[in-house]
Amino acid sequence: MTLAEVVLGVMFVGLIAYGLFGGADFGAGIWDLLAGGTRRGARQRDLIEHSIAPVWEANHVWLIFVLVVLWTAFPGAFAAVVTTLYIPLTLAAFGMIARGAAFAFRKSISTLGMRRFLGASFALSSLVTPYFLGAVVGGVASGRVPAGIAAGDVITSWMNPTSALGGVLAVLVCAYLAAVFLCADAHREAAEDLADQFRARAIGTAVLTGLIGIAGLFVLRADAPLLFEGLTGRALPVVVLSVVAGVAAFVLLATRRYVPARLASALAVTAILVGWAVAQYPYLLLPEVTIEEAAGGRATLVAMLVALVGGSLILVPALVYLYVLFQRSQPDMSSTPSGPPSRSAPIS
Amino acid sequence: MNPLDLLADAAENLYPARMQMALSLGWHIVFACFGIAFPLITVFTEWQGYKRGDAALTELAHTWAKAMGVLFAAGAVSGTLLSFEMGILWPGLMDRFGEVFGFPFVLEGFAFFIEAIFVGVYLFGWNRLSPKAHMLSALPMILSGPAGAFFVVAANAWMNNPTGFRLDEQGRVTDAQPWAAMFGPSTWPQVTHMLLAAYMVTGFTIASVYAVGMLRGRRDRRHRLGLLIPLTFAAVLTPVQIGVGDWIANTVADNQPAKLAAMEGQYETTAGAPLSVGGLYYDDELHYALEIPNGLSLLIHHDPDGVVLGLEEFPVDQRPPVNVVHLAFDTMVGLGSALLLLAGWFGWTWWRKRRIPRTAWFLRAVAVSGVAAIVAMEAGWVTTEVGRQPWIVYGILRTADAVSPAPGLYLGFYAVVVIYVLLTGLTVFVLRRLAGSADTPAPQEVDAEPPEPGGGEVAVR
Ligand code: HDD
Ligand code: HEM
Ligand code: HEM
Repeated sequence: MTLAEVVLGVMFVGLIAYGLFGGADFGAGIWDLLAGGTRRGARQRDLIEHSIAPVWEANHVWLIFVLVVLWTAFPGAFAAVVTTLYIPLTLAAFGMIARGAAFAFRKSISTLGMRRFLGASFALSSLVTPYFLGAVVGGVASGRVPAGIAAGDVITSWMNPTSALGGVLAVLVCAYLAAVFLCADAHREAAEDLADQFRARAIGTAVLTGLIGIAGLFVLRADAPLLFEGLTGRALPVVVLSVVAGVAAFVLLATRRYVPARLASALAVTAILVGWAVAQYPYLLLPEVTIEEAAGGRATLVAMLVALVGGSLILVPALVYLYVLFQRSQPDMSSTPSGPPSRSAPIS
Repeated sequence: MNPLDLLADAAENLYPARMQMALSLGWHIVFACFGIAFPLITVFTEWQGYKRGDAALTELAHTWAKAMGVLFAAGAVSGTLLSFEMGILWPGLMDRFGEVFGFPFVLEGFAFFIEAIFVGVYLFGWNRLSPKAHMLSALPMILSGPAGAFFVVAANAWMNNPTGFRLDEQGRVTDAQPWAAMFGPSTWPQVTHMLLAAYMVTGFTIASVYAVGMLRGRRDRRHRLGLLIPLTFAAVLTPVQIGVGDWIANTVADNQPAKLAAMEGQYETTAGAPLSVGGLYYDDELHYALEIPNGLSLLIHHDPDGVVLGLEEFPVDQRPPVNVVHLAFDTMVGLGSALLLLAGWFGWTWWRKRRIPRTAWFLRAVAVSGVAAIVAMEAGWVTTEVGRQPWIVYGILRTADAVSPAPGLYLGFYAVVVIYVLLTGLTVFVLRRLAGSADTPAPQEVDAEPPEPGGGEVAVR
């Protein structure tokens, strides 16, 4: 492995983390959108809010991390991608603002109208943001981003069959992950009826994702032959692993073993992402720019690796501490009249 | 595509792109200040409350912790947009120099990640951790704000004084040294100045909230403490800030003489240059300004007859817009001096009488000091950023050559304006509610009850 590949690999770990944590976070918002009327959906919304409140901010820093590593280590490729795909990226950024602000502020607001407005913008932006991000991946993976600043078509680079597939799959995967994760959260809160509702949803989205994934292969064969070749060639073992993990998650869900189901579903999603990477190796921008060609100077890459390793030594324990603290259901020691004792169970 | 189309688009994009960047950064920086300084002030108050067993202090700290959560959320979402904009708006900068100055942003990413985690822990742990464990877990949050600010401002200092790389014949970067790039001549003065500004903005703003309350007749202990603690932080640092201002001005004079000339509206290279306050610059001259003889030479060279370079030394297409820079600089210095007077008044009375001045004028002055500090800080950034023009990387890359030529880019600017108007309204609304009722939860807090086991009646949320 070359130095550039190692750095890109570390970036990819960040991308996977964003896919899992950020993805489940978006997915929770999608279920919020689909939870039904204000009264009927209230308990589900409670569970969702309860699960993501403490971690939603941290879950999204992964994306920042991916961006800054890309622009430092692979500046040319970064500039090419963000300028050609600036429309979906800008829309995704707006979606993140709308989502973060709405989620953060709605609980401090008591007027019902405002709350509904904020709740709706939280839920809607949870749906559209992953779509745009998936469309960006589709644009890159189908070789629609040439080298050079704004050298590609700013419209067709993200409005094309592969991008549509990427967007739809991203939304579905987010919803699927969130449903699986919420099952376990509901189960821990002893809200078995909610766990069952989310179990049905997880199984439903799993089936749908699988079907669209299979149909998607035909789309890719027609629209992104290079990627298709990679996925059915070098990346085949990883794709198979993803399918196996997906099926395992299905069985575990069906038998209500929620915690192992979490792991299996996370593995399935990770394998999809890794499959994409393996399929387009050694290209960063299909079909022209390889990882080596796009990489910055050696001193930069070395500095980057040192920072990434050093930073992780601080970051990983901190993250583990955060999730452990929240996963442990702890009574609130206060006796303030302001609220009943609360317990917590975040998505993680 | 016809290359001429590209040029036309880039020209059309330049102005809105700059405005979009300025608006996003100018908005973000206000919240960033609170992210840097609020944790220390809050935890200090919590610690005092714990040490003295004083419930009023503890409660004050709890309210501040929640406000911090709201401000942090607003800072985080606006920061996310910024990371996209650096690439979307200025690909010419990132493409060519990303490997040189992108590195501090990676470290910044870690710093803010840590801050985001521990703000969550701090708020969540308020009543769940023992007081000592709680305050200990706040340490990473106190440190990571300033660390993150260091990295971002170091990136900006590099744009002002680029170091740590070489260019080959075609102007391509060779031999990028990211560590060296992080510690150029502007880094330490700019970082120090910014950190102090963050403490001033935070301290004066919180104090001004309680000053308004006291002016409305709420003179209880909580209000007095709420005024006293943050005001002390800010007042102690204000004189230091003025000294650092002198340091940073010297750095600018050494490294960016065109910017300094614009700050002072100085056209001719002069020995014994006067310090000019106010006025309007046209026809290559500053009109109607108040001049302090030999002032500028004295400040820059610590010698009344020192020679100060004027704008005439630079080709017309390398001069920054003078009026904006000059007036912004005067605004910063003027407000800084006014805040120094306020700090002096407060310090004197405290030293002599161990209390805050009794007159309502003092409270009125404190009430506007928050806005004054924010305006001074924004004006300082306008001085820095506009004074660097027409360069995005001083002396090397023009802003016009860095902007993205993508068609339609300028539409983003209008969208960003709308978004920030909404976001500002919302933030103010939520903070006002928080001031009104203390049990409003912060965004990171888990206030929702877990859903009841089984069915049951539920409230409409
Ligand atoms: C509360 C805020 C505040 C106050 C009271 C002052 N400043 Fe300032 N100033 C800033 C906040 C600030 C800032 C916003 O933080 C800047 C922008 C960039 C930077 O690093 O700091 C800045 C920039 C800045 C620059 C431009 C640096 C550059 O372009 O690299 C100069 C020359 C000064 N300041 C000088 C002063 C002087 C002589 C002051 C004395 C009264 C002063 N500042 C008070
Ligand atoms: C945080 C406080 C900051 C404020 C208020 C601020 C303000 C501004 C303003 C007013 C402009 C427009 C200049 C013009 O009119 O031509 C600008 C441009 C810009 N600033 Fe800053 N700036 C800040 C910090 C930074 C930092 C930390 C960076 C990054 C390292 C940065 C990068 C840029 C870039 C890339 C541009 C566009 C190019 C240009 O016009 O020079 N700024 N900023
Ligand atoms: C002088 C300029 C800046 C300072 C002092 C500063 C400081 C801060 C601070 C203290 C935070 C923590 C969040 C908060 O408390 O609000 C923050 C958040 C953030 N900043 Fe800035 N910032 C500056 C400019 C920038 C620029 C130019 C970028 C991007 C290129 C940026 C990107 C971010 C991001 C992505 C976050 C969110 C991270 C999170 O969610 O924790 N900032 N900034």
